[in-house]
Amino acid sequence: MREKLIEKGLLLVAFSAVATIFLIAFFIFREGVPLVAKVGVWDFIASTRWAPSKGQFGILPMIVGSLEVTILAVVFGAVLGLSCAMFLAEFAPRWSVRILKPMIELLAGIPSVVYGFIGVVVLVPWIRTTFGGPGFSVLASSIILGIMILPTVIAISLDAFHAVPPLYKEGSLALGATRWQTLYRVQLPAARSGIIAALILGMGRAVGETMAVIMVAGNALTMPTSLLQPVRTLTSNIALEMGYASGDHQAALFATGMVLFVIIAVLNTIALVVTRPRT
Amino acid sequence: MIIKPLAWQRIVWVALAAMTLLTLVVLFFIIGFIASKGARVITPEFLFGMPARMGKEGGILPTIIATIYITLLAIIIATPIGVGSAVYLTEYTRESAITRIVRFGADALAGVPSIIFGLFGFILFVIRLRMGWSLAAGGLTLAFMILPTIIRTSEEAIRAVPHNLREVSYSLGGAKSQTIMRVVLPNALPGILTGVILGMGRSVAETAATIFTAGSSLLIPKSLFDPARTMAVHFYILAREGLSMERAYGTAFLLIVAILLINVVAYSLMFRLTRKMR
Repeated sequence: MREKLIEKGLLLVAFSAVATIFLIAFFIFREGVPLVAKVGVWDFIASTRWAPSKGQFGILPMIVGSLEVTILAVVFGAVLGLSCAMFLAEFAPRWSVRILKPMIELLAGIPSVVYGFIGVVVLVPWIRTTFGGPGFSVLASSIILGIMILPTVIAISLDAFHAVPPLYKEGSLALGATRWQTLYRVQLPAARSGIIAALILGMGRAVGETMAVIMVAGNALTMPTSLLQPVRTLTSNIALEMGYASGDHQAALFATGMVLFVIIAVLNTIALVVTRPRT
Repeated sequence: MIIKPLAWQRIVWVALAAMTLLTLVVLFFIIGFIASKGARVITPEFLFGMPARMGKEGGILPTIIATIYITLLAIIIATPIGVGSAVYLTEYTRESAITRIVRFGADALAGVPSIIFGLFGFILFVIRLRMGWSLAAGGLTLAFMILPTIIRTSEEAIRAVPHNLREVSYSLGGAKSQTIMRVVLPNALPGILTGVILGMGRSVAETAATIFTAGSSLLIPKSLFDPARTMAVHFYILAREGLSMERAYGTAFLLIVAILLINVVAYSLMFRLTRKMR
């Protein structure tokens, strides 16, 4: 009897994570949906006017801004991260991997505000003097985000390389291929799904990151037309205005969160589908 | 010109090594830069003094206290739920629809951005449950945020406990719950602690989820329902409003030291655990 009770109790506890996801979706959507219904879906996601005091809530510039910054960040993250993962998986000596991997994972623990701060005091001035413009820009945001997603990209793609059966590599080497040819033609394709998952999860982190982006993006309410111009992302829109928003304005911020939630859900679903073992 | 395969390999080796080096340089640069500018700000007055003029002067004691409170609150709430979920997943079910749903929930929750947790915590705890900006609202929000980390690491730790230990307990007449409490969990403890400590690290570092749930009051919180400002939030406000660069560096340095210590403890636990397995 007691054992049964414990089992039922644990079952309930086990569903808490799922319940939380639904609770989050429920509360965000309950605040956001009425506002979107009021201004119209099209005017919400396709209008470029965001003037809460005049009742105008168009988030197109933020959607474009978020996508632009995220895609560029993933490009930076992919070039650096995959190079790192390939080097650690195939070329670096074993002992160094044991030291380097935890060190890279420590990068993930550094608070995002610290990344943002480094961006403000080092990267932004550098961009301003080297390329011109205000410095606070799409470029600055995506470089900082690219660095921030490195641990995710490296850790997951390294696991993907390690999961490739050693027989593949041995077979290729036995045929006289060099280690690079083997890595590029055999192990890379075999690890493809894991690498794609790594990049998509990195993308999820980049699109959801808030504080670091606010600090370096400049947050202007215009369509970003150049990499050197300031930009406002979906996340920064929420965080910048939550402090003082009320009424429809606050609802519009929840609606912004709703769009973000949907984007993340789509990305995670893709990551889940690519990594699902084929049966 | 055709490059020979082995020459190619050498070129690639250099390129990849350079990229790896660049990544490490970035890591050391961030830590070194903050340390070089922040370490000298750390004095007893800075650590144990009260802030003055919005943080422009004085110390950061209230933010240190708030960070400790809110982090403890988060792990006190999240640990039983996370470990309970893991126990159910590993000890009570086989692979089934239920395990898939629970795992999906944990994965999905892990992918939710912290600003969404902030919105959620704000509307549910601060507004609907009338907690106001408070330690309680912040701690609860962070608890949900670190739940997936604790579930996943505890699940792995419990799975790694050798099966024959359980069988010995059963053969001595131990009930399932006794076996779990006295045999499985003690053996999985280092792994579970790793998850809890990683969750602590995330709570300490978090800004977006805490600023809208715990608030940014600079007073020392006296009860669960007092508002509070964590170190990360304090640092964000100092840096963003340009109140005091010196104090911003000092706070950032303290934050990084705290996080590095927390993570080093977590990794050394994990390392000891995996070595024991072999």
